[in-house]
Amino acid sequence: MAEVVLSCLSKRFGATTAVDDVSMTIPDGAFVVLLGPTGAGKTTTLRLIAGLERPDAGSVSIGANDVGAYSPAQRNVAMVFQQYSLYPHMTVRENLAFPLRSPLINAPEDEIERRVGEVSSALQIAHKLDNKATALSGGEMQRVSIGRALVRRPDIFLMDEPLSSLDAKLRADLRLELKRIQADLGATLLYVTHDQIEAMTMATHIGVLEDGKLVQFGSPREIYENPSSIYVATRLGQPRINTLPASLFGEAPAGAELIGLRPEHIRQGEGRDAKVVRVEHLGDQTRLHLSLDGHALITLTDPHTPLASGDTIAVRPDNPLYFAADGARIPQGA
Amino acid sequence: MAEIVIRNLRKEFGAFVAVQESTFTVADGEFFMLLGPSGCGKTTTLRMIAGLELPTSGQILLDGKDVAQMRASARDIAFVFQMFALYPHMNVRKNISYPLISQGMPRRDVRNKVEEVARILDIGNILDRPVGGLSSGDRQRVALGRAIVRQPKAFLMDEPLGALDAEFRERMAEELRALHDRMGATTVYVTHDQLEAMQMGDKIVVMNHGVVEQWGTPQEIYDRPATMFVANFIGSPPMNFLRFEATLEPGAATARLSGVDIPIPPLETGVSGRELVLGVRPEHVSLGTDGAYRGEVIATEYLGTTQIVTLNSPNGTLRVRAPSGQPVRVGETVSLDFNTATLSLFDAGSGQAMKVDRAAVRAAMKEQSHG
Repeated sequence: MAEVVLSCLSKRFGATTAVDDVSMTIPDGAFVVLLGPTGAGKTTTLRLIAGLERPDAGSVSIGANDVGAYSPAQRNVAMVFQQYSLYPHMTVRENLAFPLRSPLINAPEDEIERRVGEVSSALQIAHKLDNKATALSGGEMQRVSIGRALVRRPDIFLMDEPLSSLDAKLRADLRLELKRIQADLGATLLYVTHDQIEAMTMATHIGVLEDGKLVQFGSPREIYENPSSIYVATRLGQPRINTLPASLFGEAPAGAELIGLRPEHIRQGEGRDAKVVRVEHLGDQTRLHLSLDGHALITLTDPHTPLASGDTIAVRPDNPLYFAADGARIPQGA
Repeated sequence: MAEIVIRNLRKEFGAFVAVQESTFTVADGEFFMLLGPSGCGKTTTLRMIAGLELPTSGQILLDGKDVAQMRASARDIAFVFQMFALYPHMNVRKNISYPLISQGMPRRDVRNKVEEVARILDIGNILDRPVGGLSSGDRQRVALGRAIVRQPKAFLMDEPLGALDAEFRERMAEELRALHDRMGATTVYVTHDQLEAMQMGDKIVVMNHGVVEQWGTPQEIYDRPATMFVANFIGSPPMNFLRFEATLEPGAATARLSGVDIPIPPLETGVSGRELVLGVRPEHVSLGTDGAYRGEVIATEYLGTTQIVTLNSPNGTLRVRAPSGQPVRVGETVSLDFNTATLSLFDAGSGQAMKVDRAAVRAAMKEQSHG
């Protein structure tokens, strides 16, 4: 396993700058998640590290070696794609063993057997080892393709939304599994997703991308509690952070145009009167949709709340976040 | 607008039974969700309501009239598909007008209708644009426009948001729900996404293997699942199942799990030597230090407002939703306190919920807090 360093990395496709001057250090043994909406440059960054794209500027180094001149095969990275790609004529066991039999690795058979056994039990596919790859369900096929990366000992694992094609239950199980396997192996892992739950629950570090730029890098807790901009603040949190004119609740710090309120930033029962628009029961949480001076506001309440549409409830900010007109965060206490 | 009553509806494809004797009622103006995993029969049910499949047996009453064996075009129902199909060579206005023009409506009326729909959907500014260059959100709105312009008795939607990415899906879900609140049109909506169902639905039907497992409001289904399948399908993380063997008198207020007496809602009928399952939602457990029922923390997942704590309990793995401010360390042993009034009990063999007296628990708790 190795530290991976991106320095001033840029990649253009025609007039579009997909990756824009990104510098980032992926520490050895870290689980780094790149988070951003479609088109933010997540996958391109991953492909630049893998060597599947050539940068227009900047460099990638893996374990202190600049790998700019290396082919993908020479880079010692293992990639898992969103769409599983297995050899259909081979069994699960043969698919998993395949990377270890490549001329570059050429592992001894007893070693292959041991690693295939370990990985298949971790991914709960040990009982399918002798099935043909085509006889598996979609979820099983995706686990095999993750397994094919895990049997190797690359410098870094690169994963591009590997769980997005799985159903919700399996995704929740595999989130925990993947996190555990990564920790056990001490593996360095870069993981691309637009799913904030995956980012929050698995990452040691999150890198937030906006239009090809890396706008914040930190632990999930830092990104959630201390976002550098409105854009970052809206990446994490369900329900999404409310953004309202800063003047709505009276005093605001100098330069603050917008106030950002997560549910835990809203004190109920005091402050300004808001109208209840809708009470939304999601089971584990109950959302209160409010309207205050024509602004929509969402917060959480008790599942057995007596509140109903048309009622009035007072709300006030409690230790909220403030932002300037351009979306940049205004530090508290300033 | 209309009420839709489904009575003993059944569909066979050869030897395969896709839908078995389904019965439920969609009230006038309701946003009604058909929820279940793939292959559960939800889309087949929707297609039977639309008239795209004819049922093997059973009734579909649309405002009291049985339409089960009528052609789709005779039902006055609009269907919005997963892949929103638009006519690529027509502009937005022509796409939306098309259903009215093909009905032979006078031009001026068509114009007024289209303008009205455009206002509801907030797409007035793109009416004369070709559909080719539209964003996926606008394409979706145009497809909806084409469905609502006819003012049908009901809308049927088959995972209309399934192909969208998460962030956009959430926004469109809010938009669809707001549109429904403005129009009050009866809508039947198919999804496999439990959160979408909880978020948008007035009522939910949960299906599995062609069988209606339960129907009711989202909160009812969440709080009082009728079967273990429903309890496991709804909620993320799902309900925890703690298995234990019990002999209980009717009205017994505790059950013994791994040597510890746990207060339970009283059972209406007793059991003897049966395997039962205690169902506990993750947010209905509090972690403490002193209790007798204990578990070892094996993982924590930070979620912002809350965190998910995974524990090994004496009766299996348990996931707990705790405030993210509560310090919890992997490897430590903590006590688990269950919120008695919210617990479910299931028969492990049949998977069916046992009848319990929740009111008694609430009353007892109230008395305790006043005393």
